[in-house]
Amino acid sequence: MAGAFFRLIDIAKSYAGVQALQGVNFAVSPGEVIGLVGENGAGKSTLMNIIGGVIEPSSGIVEIDGVQRKSLTVLESMGAGIAFVHQELNLFDNLDVASNVYIGREPLYGGPFRLVNRKKLNADVQPLLNRLGVDFKPETMVSDMSIAQRQLLEIVKALSLNSRLVIMDEPTSSLTLIETDRLLNVVAGLKASGVSVIFISHRLNELTKCADRVVVLRDGRVVGALAKAEISHGAMIKLMIGRDLKALYVPPAAKPGEAVLKISDVRTTAYPTQTVSLSVRQGEILGLAGLVGAGRTELARAIFGIDPLLAGSVALNGKAIHVDSPRQAISHGIFLVPEDRKRCGLLLDISIAENIALPNMKACASSGLVNDSVVAANAEQQRERLHIRAPSVDQEGSSLSGGNQQKVVLGKWLAMNPRVLICDEPTRGVDVGAKSELYEMLRGLADAGVAILMISSDMEEVIGVSDRIAVMHEGMISGFLERAEFSEHNVLRLAVGESIH
Amino acid sequence: MFKKDIGLLILILVVGTVVAVINPLFLSAINLGNTANLVGLFGIFAIGQAFVIITGGIELSVGSIIALLGVLFVDLIVGHEMAWPLALVIMLGIGAVIGLIHGLLVTRMHMQPFIVTLCGLLIYRGAARFYTQDGTAGFGFGVSFPQLEWLTTGRTFGVPHSFMALIFIACLMWVVLHRSVFGRYLYAVGKNEEAARYSGIRTNRVIIAAYIISAILTAISAIFFAMYTRSISPSSHGNFYELYAIAAAVLGGCSLRGGEGSIVGVVLGTVLLQVLQNLVNLLGIPSSLNFAVMGSVILIGVLADQQFAEYRKRKSEVAGRISTA
Repeated sequence: MAGAFFRLIDIAKSYAGVQALQGVNFAVSPGEVIGLVGENGAGKSTLMNIIGGVIEPSSGIVEIDGVQRKSLTVLESMGAGIAFVHQELNLFDNLDVASNVYIGREPLYGGPFRLVNRKKLNADVQPLLNRLGVDFKPETMVSDMSIAQRQLLEIVKALSLNSRLVIMDEPTSSLTLIETDRLLNVVAGLKASGVSVIFISHRLNELTKCADRVVVLRDGRVVGALAKAEISHGAMIKLMIGRDLKALYVPPAAKPGEAVLKISDVRTTAYPTQTVSLSVRQGEILGLAGLVGAGRTELARAIFGIDPLLAGSVALNGKAIHVDSPRQAISHGIFLVPEDRKRCGLLLDISIAENIALPNMKACASSGLVNDSVVAANAEQQRERLHIRAPSVDQEGSSLSGGNQQKVVLGKWLAMNPRVLICDEPTRGVDVGAKSELYEMLRGLADAGVAILMISSDMEEVIGVSDRIAVMHEGMISGFLERAEFSEHNVLRLAVGESIH
Repeated sequence: MFKKDIGLLILILVVGTVVAVINPLFLSAINLGNTANLVGLFGIFAIGQAFVIITGGIELSVGSIIALLGVLFVDLIVGHEMAWPLALVIMLGIGAVIGLIHGLLVTRMHMQPFIVTLCGLLIYRGAARFYTQDGTAGFGFGVSFPQLEWLTTGRTFGVPHSFMALIFIACLMWVVLHRSVFGRYLYAVGKNEEAARYSGIRTNRVIIAAYIISAILTAISAIFFAMYTRSISPSSHGNFYELYAIAAAVLGGCSLRGGEGSIVGVVLGTVLLQVLQNLVNLLGIPSSLNFAVMGSVILIGVLADQQFAEYRKRKSEVAGRISTA
């Protein structure tokens, strides 16, 4: 495109054999709003990190104002006028607005004492706030601001750097409709003043409203670009998907039985105004799909008793149960394989054997005293059953690969008798070989009568492993899919909040 | 026994040998007996401190609890002529309640252990001084409790009973910490409270129990101290004892981040501290340097231990890489 000041030419990036990006060409002209879409894991973050100078491409050229180079550093990227508005905000909430905007660049006085000139600081920030028409002042404390206001403050920060290109990563994921409209107005304002915007969003509606063109990534490649006139839901979704994923599937040995876990009108802390109802049947794997931030993890945490249930009821085999601690959930046979394996799943610096014994230590003890040979024998049993690759069960958790750590987490629960197993992103950070082993185990458990709720953002996994899929969108179940209706297209449409019929 | 404990034991033997060579009095029965007595007195509450430190917490009110329970105990049995076994049970009860309150404030109210127990340090010290109106609590002339005195300050075959009490408590607590289900939970909570909770451990209860254990052990040593000193001036009795306890625990291999430590280590840590005190006296080092010597040895000890640990870790990592390759 003529007049582009920023170009990526034939960029590729691979991590240890995995091709994260391949042959990506991308150009940005002044005053252009580019929508960037793609599924979770399509390579959006990698691409943005290359533009931001955080990671170095394996090959390809980055061109700024006609100058070509192999990669950027963070400082070069900032110096070229590229600013980020991250999904996780990088603000100091113990400081006020003005201090956040000019952190590290405060106007000073007093010579060697280097005192901050508050007056000038506030005076410098005010025009930036006026430009965006925001409803907070330079003196407002960040801790008193809403998420939407903080998002705008990030944009103010970007403007204060005289940015030419602002990259917004899911800026509206936590905004209400009205706040979103305001943000879109801000984007239009930036465009009018010649600033370019890359707008990454899962909310396709917003893109149809604000983008001049949309670039679609899939499996690390640019699979299409849509000009303004062509931007539509259908066109975007069509480009985002395109694989046949049903091949993986192993059907259950028997027809699913009665509902084992039934949750009705449950409200969680993430979306206190929305309710969720679903049931998982005996012997089935129910996939819970959705975009990151749809409230799935929070639902799992609430069922397991980590977070409080704000409303609603949970029933196990038709009997209402009350769970307000993991201990209670475990005593009912409801187990969770958490999303954050290293922080919550297992203790990295104790042995495999102890990790496996921990939830059921009393079974390895007589009159309160632990019998280490029982602990070791139980762990050994799980090691064989799950093919945990470690020289011995005395090995510390931290010495294992991601897949083997996950097997240890599973082993904890298999050593007891699960009725309901909730797996939150069970194969995140797990290599391909261990993945298929884990899928086999899940199927084996389901066939043994366990009801499995599998939260996953990996489309291949959701479609390839589940017997039925529930899709969440912004705290609500937007639809259920039976096996015959499984397709990336359907899952994605439900995940972005549309109905499929 | 852990590697760390053996290192500490060697350090004690080296220091002891050096002192004995310079001043043979070190090995005299009287000196060894006195040192053992002090090891007993300080060791009991140091074990309590270790339980709290393993959860990742800290207990700063030890010295003040020793002062407060000391004056209460003396006043109950001397001033109010209460039967001493009853008074003893009451002291343990008060200790348990103090521990419970600390534990509840830390877990339910999400307060930082440092702050909770720092306030405890100030409050109990103030309460002790107010209770006696800043006077000294002690045993008047001719007042005696033969059984209690024999139990707390007596000796059998020259071994002070306070030291025997320490050995008994250490064995008991060794079983609790290293062999019981509760002990495993305690380490798990100290290493990673979140993961422990996801494994179904009631982490709050475990933490509260640690504070209660600590305060009860502190109450036991408060009685030993009261009987040992026989007079308690509440403004100075037990001052800085929490720091002795923390020092012993850290020397003994506890990490202030939690999740690490052993009973043997804490006892050896206490022994080393008392040997150092003894060394200052026996070698004619001005007693004003007492704290400075202790501080230096702890600093060097912990520093050396960390360097060794890192060295071992690097070595095992290299070995691990070779074996997997």
